[in-house]
Amino acid sequence: MSVRIRVPKIAKKGEVVEIRTLLEHLNESGWRRDEEGKLYPRNIITTFVCTYGGIEVIRGDLRRGISRNPYFSFWLRAEESGELAFRWQDESGAVFEETARLEVV
Amino acid sequence: MKQSGPVRNTTTRRGFVAGAAAGAVAVAAPVLLRADKAAATQGDLEAAIRAITKGVRPKEDRVKVDAPPLAETGTAVPVTVTVESAMTAQDRVSAIYILLEQNPEPEAGAFHLGPRCGKAEVATRVRMFAPQKVHALAAMSDGSFFTASVHVEVTLAACVEIDVK
Repeated sequence: MSVRIRVPKIAKKGEVVEIRTLLEHLNESGWRRDEEGKLYPRNIITTFVCTYGGIEVIRGDLRRGISRNPYFSFWLRAEESGELAFRWQDESGAVFEETARLEVV
Repeated sequence: MKQSGPVRNTTTRRGFVAGAAAGAVAVAAPVLLRADKAAATQGDLEAAIRAITKGVRPKEDRVKVDAPPLAETGTAVPVTVTVESAMTAQDRVSAIYILLEQNPEPEAGAFHLGPRCGKAEVATRVRMFAPQKVHALAAMSDGSFFTASVHVEVTLAACVEIDVK
């Protein structure tokens, strides 16, 4: 499992920039069957949060309709240089975290 | 990436019951070709919307849903929701909801837009159990709601999702 994020390195103050994220995760809905007809146990990503300088940009409360390898893109307003923190949590309790630095000029 | 906590998410085959094997394999194909649960009805969608809006009637305005008109499979259909909003502290979109009227669970996700969100636009990929309308619902900071929908034709539904190893 891995995380792929796309964050610009530099932005102008006040600029609105796109952030793209993808977590490699089966995001198992509990609706899918294997070759023997048995259901794969459900384990979806229920929460995705991105913060910027400790302040929330977006929080996803997610259900089974999100695809495997959950992809999210959204926009943040660049205010000051700081850290973007990304956090995903699944139903098994696993937490996936990544950070990126944004320089505001 | 930092990771913590248990991970039980795996595609490994398990619990193969030898006695039932022959029969199970024979019926596997037809089982995969239909949804495991009955598709949601219009009533489920309306109930899901009511649960979000607490009875406030959403207006069909200000929201745009982008999705392909035809998706070969329903496993990961790209959806982009854009809401007209200045996104100022006083007048902003507080949340965007994506609802799939024919899925066993219509609400796919809610995206709460925080103070650092600069534009009311969210994109993701969704599972689709049937050709259907994708609905987006925007909750505004003044308590009002706006909505829009777009139809997506799906050739192969998400329940036939196969392992990609």
